[in-house]
Amino acid sequence: MRYNIIFMETKKPKNVFKQGAITSEFIGNSIAKHQSKTNIGAHNIFLGQVRADNIDDKIVTAIEYTAYEEMANQKFHEIREATFSKFDLTCMHIYHSLGKVNAGEICLFVFVSSPRRKVVFEALEYVVEAIKADVPVFGKEIFEDQTHQWKQNT
Amino acid sequence: MQHTIKYFGMLVEATSKNEEQLQTEICSVAQLIQQLEHRYPKLNEKNFKVAIDQQLVDNDFIIKDRAEIALLPPFAGG
Repeated sequence: MRYNIIFMETKKPKNVFKQGAITSEFIGNSIAKHQSKTNIGAHNIFLGQVRADNIDDKIVTAIEYTAYEEMANQKFHEIREATFSKFDLTCMHIYHSLGKVNAGEICLFVFVSSPRRKVVFEALEYVVEAIKADVPVFGKEIFEDQTHQWKQNT
Repeated sequence: MQHTIKYFGMLVEATSKNEEQLQTEICSVAQLIQQLEHRYPKLNEKNFKVAIDQQLVDNDFIIKDRAEIALLPPFAGG
């Protein structure tokens, strides 16, 4: 356990971003890769999907994501470390889209795993809320007529 | 002092810039914002936070030379 903590502290931030939507194939493969980790008894997955909001009679058709990537990857890294220190997780994966993601497609994939189920329910909520609040990602909501407005997390 | 200033999201539209180099006297974040709002009046209507070298800072923070300053509009991840 001590070894794990030292290892995590010296780890460099990973790149969380993927260009475009996160495909169901990618998500399926990610689940399959965990079949060899037989100490895991529970996975929990959050998938953020772009919603076709109706705003003043205009429908959102896509969100175009940009980010302050260096700071965002550092924040994702801090969230990972905080989550591992709070919860007894075996592993955690976070992927976020950059660029255009159409309504109905997946833009955020968070995957936490643990020997037992209760911890993954709590850990997943913690991770997703921290991402929404702390990571400098920006979203341009594009309407059918190509006008746009800027999304804001609430 | 020489700084790099980065703009994101709606602030790219407000300034028509992604990034620029700026010369300033020694100053606080509040003083820098005042200069930028003078240069780009559209920034006055915007809500944003400031990060220096990738850390969020308060308005009274004194900016050191060669800082990477980022103006960050409301977050929309997820």
